[in-house]
Amino acid sequence: MRHIISVLLENEPGALSRVVGLFSQRNYNIESLTVAPTDDATLSRLTVTTIGDDRVIEQITKHLNKLIDVVKVVDLTEGEHIERELMMIKLKASGAARAEIKRTADIFRGQIIDVTPSTYTVQLIGASDKLDAFISALGTANIMEVVRSGVSGIARGEKTLSP
Amino acid sequence: MVVRALHDEGVKYIYGYPGGALLHVYDALFRQEDVQHILVRHEQAATHMADAYARATGKAGVALVTSGPGATNAVTGIATAYMDSIPMVVITGQVMSHLIGEDAFQETDMMGISRPIVKHSFSVSRPEDIPAIIKKAFHIAQTGRPGPVVVDIPKDMTSPTERYEYEYPKSVKLRSYSPVNRGHSGQIKKATDLLLAAKRPVLYTGGGVIMGNASAELIQLARMLNYPVTNTLMGLGGFPGTDRQFIGMLGMHGSYEANMAMHHSDLILAVGARFDDRVTNGLDKFCPTAKIIHIDIDPASISKTVKADIPIVGPAQAVLAEMIELVGASKKQPDAAAIKTWWEQIDEWRTRHGGRYRTDDSDKMKPQQVIEMLSKVTNGDAYVCSDVGQHQMFAAQYYKFNKPNRWINSGGLGTMGFGLPAAMGVQMSFPDADVACVTGEGSIQMNIQELSTCKQYDLPVKIINLNNQSLGMVRQWQDMNYESRHSHSYMKSLPDFVKLAEAYGHVGMKVEKYSDLEAAMREAFAMKDRLVFMDIYVDQFEHVYPMQVPRGSMRDMWLTKTERT
Repeated sequence: MRHIISVLLENEPGALSRVVGLFSQRNYNIESLTVAPTDDATLSRLTVTTIGDDRVIEQITKHLNKLIDVVKVVDLTEGEHIERELMMIKLKASGAARAEIKRTADIFRGQIIDVTPSTYTVQLIGASDKLDAFISALGTANIMEVVRSGVSGIARGEKTLSP
Repeated sequence: MVVRALHDEGVKYIYGYPGGALLHVYDALFRQEDVQHILVRHEQAATHMADAYARATGKAGVALVTSGPGATNAVTGIATAYMDSIPMVVITGQVMSHLIGEDAFQETDMMGISRPIVKHSFSVSRPEDIPAIIKKAFHIAQTGRPGPVVVDIPKDMTSPTERYEYEYPKSVKLRSYSPVNRGHSGQIKKATDLLLAAKRPVLYTGGGVIMGNASAELIQLARMLNYPVTNTLMGLGGFPGTDRQFIGMLGMHGSYEANMAMHHSDLILAVGARFDDRVTNGLDKFCPTAKIIHIDIDPASISKTVKADIPIVGPAQAVLAEMIELVGASKKQPDAAAIKTWWEQIDEWRTRHGGRYRTDDSDKMKPQQVIEMLSKVTNGDAYVCSDVGQHQMFAAQYYKFNKPNRWINSGGLGTMGFGLPAAMGVQMSFPDADVACVTGEGSIQMNIQELSTCKQYDLPVKIINLNNQSLGMVRQWQDMNYESRHSHSYMKSLPDFVKLAEAYGHVGMKVEKYSDLEAAMREAFAMKDRLVFMDIYVDQFEHVYPMQVPRGSMRDMWLTKTERT
């Protein structure tokens, strides 16, 4: 099953490599990974999506907790949560396709953020499956380039992840 | 600042080898007398010495190595300590900070190289941080589940021309690291109830009892309950080897009775042991009727391979002490009749196949006989530092360890070349103790240069070289699985170890007949101030038994070359 694991990490050199290294060393899979500083300058927040059965996910969270630089770990998928990912996608947009792409982007609430006579670049924000759905709705023919931010997540309600 | 911080931490010995990046530190060492530095001949030996010091004393060992090749030579020793959860602080020199990343002379990314084999690592970027970093390094290495910590120090961080305010911190607080100091009382209560209700229980204990200093508690609990105790390779000495309740080591080369008892048990109390693959054999067939209580300081060890019915995260000593109290106060006591029947069954196993090997009429020595003689000559009281291979298993099986911290071997990583430097590290800390290095002609040659260090520091280690003129364990597997095709497992051109020992200024002895063994060994141990290299020729074709059948259950074993359960 797919899990979204959120990690509060000391903002120290090498801290990120310890997390990434743990996944490769113990043969855990990483679907996506995002990391950036938080409002507290000493902390970074990292979100990793991974796939594994309960035993593997339990081991992943235990091993993450063991890392000295890791302050807090939570598996967001254990509770109600919101996930978002940002995608920018560059498309061939000429002839009949141009109008069609615009319509599809509107349906998905995407924004066209760059335009040339023959291309559109669309920005889309949503859960990963929505981004996937947009890509399949477009068909592969027009796609020139895709860049995705990876998943960020946060728990619903009053629950917070703080040190 | 580095040396002063080490002194303030209470460090007595550091093991190391100088080099460019460390010259400032070595100069500081020269100008003081509190911290004694031991100069090895290869950095790997420095880490093993520090490691063995920690295994024998419980305190973190310290190694000091230079950048580049010094650091990479230390990697095997760090990995060895990591796999066996040994507290150790390894200080590595680094090129000047402005050169980092430029492929400078003797530069290597030690933080990167060591990352998967350390508990934690620090890189110094401001000289004034050194005292706090050293303090943290020792704190992390020695608390919780212990492990090695690397401190990487660029040369300019130790420059003697710069002066800084020095204060050694009294305590450490890390918001992301707070090891547990006791177990969950509710879980311990549940576990104790289950323990008292057991009909076929086994106490299975590992290195956590040794490093967690919980041997006395284990003995007390085992006596109260009259339950059988088996130790892992790392746990030997945690329970007295000559005790009636001790059923031997378990696992791949465990005793027949220990493996049978595990397989048929209805309750396993695992203490500071991690159900590793050399213990469990085939996981799907592991102990089908047993409920499992697992006490471990590291939550990640629990339910990693075998699911625990009652997990208890906590230090072995505190948890066992709480159990002792509960058992003492409990109205319910063990089911004496069931335990009596269980012991009858175990004793039957014990007499059927327990601890036997065959000797023939020739005067050819069996390696097992040598270990039994060692046990006899040293009264089971020596520090036995082993290398890796058949001799290691024979030592584990046939030396009767009655005290903890006396059996020192590379269990997890299986590092050949560990034995001699380990024996040196122990001998250094206990100058009057009998310290034996049990090794083979393969392993000893991996760090034989340290005979020179032994001379320099007068370390009267006794080297018991079980010479079978082949890489015995490899040969055994080749015999069993590769139709005896002995691919590169024998050694032509062995040196004359007696002459070699003498060349280094030590005493060499060659023993070829069993009838000479006892006298020779007694003579060797009587030479209190000399290193004696006993080159003992043993049966080349002996195998280690029992040996579990791969992917079978605990009870599936080869008992001799032709006999299987």
